[in-house]
Amino acid sequence: MTTNLRPSAPLLELEHVAKAFGSHVAVEDFTLAVAPGEFVSFLGPSGCGKTTTLQMIAGFLSPSRGTIRLQGRDLTQVHPSKRGLGIVFQSYALFPHMTAAENVAFGLEMQRVGKAERTERVRAALAMVGLAGYEDRHPRRMSGGQQQRVALARALVIRPSVLLLDEPLSNLDAKLREEMQIELRQIQRDLGTTTILVTHDQTEALSLSNRVVVMSKGRIEQIGTPQDTYERPASAFVARFLGKTNDFSARIEGAAPARIVAGGWSAPAPAGLRGPVTISVRPERISFSESGLPARVAARIFQGNHWLFQCETECGPAIVVRPNDGLAQPGEGEAVRLAWREEDMSIRDMSLRAGAAA
Amino acid sequence: MSAAAATTLPAAAPATVPEPRASRAPLWLVLPALMLFTGIVLVPLTMTVLLSFHDWGQYKGIEPVLILKNWHEIATDPYYAEMFGRTLRIALITTLLTALLGAPEAYILNRMSGRWRGIFLLLILGPLLISVVARTLGWALLFGGSNGLANKLLLSLGLIASPLPFLFTETGVVIALVHVMMPFMVLSVWAALQRLDSQVEHAAMSLGAGPLTILRRIVLPQVMPGVLSGAIIVFSLSASAFATPAIIGGRRLKVAATLAYDEFLNTLNWPLGAAVAVLLLAGLVLIVVGANALVERRYAEVFR
Repeated sequence: MTTNLRPSAPLLELEHVAKAFGSHVAVEDFTLAVAPGEFVSFLGPSGCGKTTTLQMIAGFLSPSRGTIRLQGRDLTQVHPSKRGLGIVFQSYALFPHMTAAENVAFGLEMQRVGKAERTERVRAALAMVGLAGYEDRHPRRMSGGQQQRVALARALVIRPSVLLLDEPLSNLDAKLREEMQIELRQIQRDLGTTTILVTHDQTEALSLSNRVVVMSKGRIEQIGTPQDTYERPASAFVARFLGKTNDFSARIEGAAPARIVAGGWSAPAPAGLRGPVTISVRPERISFSESGLPARVAARIFQGNHWLFQCETECGPAIVVRPNDGLAQPGEGEAVRLAWREEDMSIRDMSLRAGAAA
Repeated sequence: MSAAAATTLPAAAPATVPEPRASRAPLWLVLPALMLFTGIVLVPLTMTVLLSFHDWGQYKGIEPVLILKNWHEIATDPYYAEMFGRTLRIALITTLLTALLGAPEAYILNRMSGRWRGIFLLLILGPLLISVVARTLGWALLFGGSNGLANKLLLSLGLIASPLPFLFTETGVVIALVHVMMPFMVLSVWAALQRLDSQVEHAAMSLGAGPLTILRRIVLPQVMPGVLSGAIIVFSLSASAFATPAIIGGRRLKVAATLAYDEFLNTLNWPLGAAVAVLLLAGLVLIVVGANALVERRYAEVFR
């Protein structure tokens, strides 16, 4: 699934990395290779081990097992201050007693960059994040979004081999977050800096990254492109975590050719499948049609650019999302039929449902 | 439904009627405290200031006139300059030492793990539970002449050749005061350390700063307001300290507080004692307010 993206020489490699705090296992067998210039997101609910993994890359935690390599060099024994990584923290972690320019200049001072070059690079970095003219502001006199930009400039000005972003946008309001996402993506593409983003926001992960690592309870559930993970989730967890999904109980009927049947909807079944199964379909992939699974519209909710329908069917509740294209939509209480293309669904064996891991 | 509730809500809260009573209530509420403050601070203070302008004679006692005799004496007699100079010196050295020892102490304490931190915090704050007099008498026992424990220890360690005089010296007073004042400094720095975001140190580390650089460039500037406010507390308490200089310094080594005490209770020259006390108070208020203003201006960004 990801082989087409894997390059010959990965920049950052994590091999069987694990971290345990006492008896609590925070990260289990984490293996990942990040290509130069790639944007990878670690996505999962809180406590899934994504931040712990990031901290191990940064060097603030040392792995219990496994190796982390940067440009082929083992990082395990390298002090965080010698790794040359740029980090943006969730709380921004700006130096409150320094101005924006002093904050950005700090990393260059540590690298003993000369004063003239330093001033120029600080100016350029602040201009890049749209903060030209804010050089002499102290962080506490800046808005959350501006502090965020200073933190980004501070991390990027040292020209890090890898940029680590620890939930950088989670403290911003929705509108600002969207703006910053676009800007972050633009800056990352322009500079080509290899970036790892830790987030619990699926939209953020899907819209920013080349690849997404979906994590749950310390384990990798799936690694893939945003489209891959969304359209072909490897587990029930991934399907549910990345957007809404409908689970219908279905049966396999007949033999050679067998058909998969959910109420009035049916399609040819893949070979070797038996018994009751669960099929899952994204809400936006279901349409109202002449034939298909009979349903009753329980509620119809207008959401601006689309309509959301809550339906009841014999195979379980269904959510249907239709674009607001100006055409007539079924009303509440109306009897409808739901249909979807067979390539838009994923099938899970009922017996596997309990331990549906990747 | 909800819209109706929203419109009736402001109307339900009668806006005009209780307003005047509500605005007078705080006045009534602060009145007891105000009376107490007036009774035990303002009135005695005014009386002391007035007293410092009264005349006094060995045989005539206190004469309620307003003259500058006492103030003139303090201003011209070098004896008083020496007293106040010593008070200032002891307070400054004590403040410097508590800052130099207390700030690292608080930093180490802050980095300890939970259980040890609790034990050591108790050890540091414990002395506050014991009377200053008891603690200082402890020091007097340790110092006690050339046979004191402190001297015996230093002699046996080979650090000194002959016994050092501790009792009735400024060194002794400073040592005892540093011990007495330490908890105030540690607490003050500790409070500043609590405000520190641990991620800030990580950020500095990721930018290539070593532990010493982080301490000097990142931690210390942020903790400095705490050190300085601790210094203001320690300075004002040391400069006006009575028990420690009285026990360790005794009659031979007077400071402003013990001098005022002696004028009141031994010489019975109340007006002169009052003048010394008022001068000490005024000096302290000036220094503390001035220092505080400086700190707040210098660290406006850190305080915000």
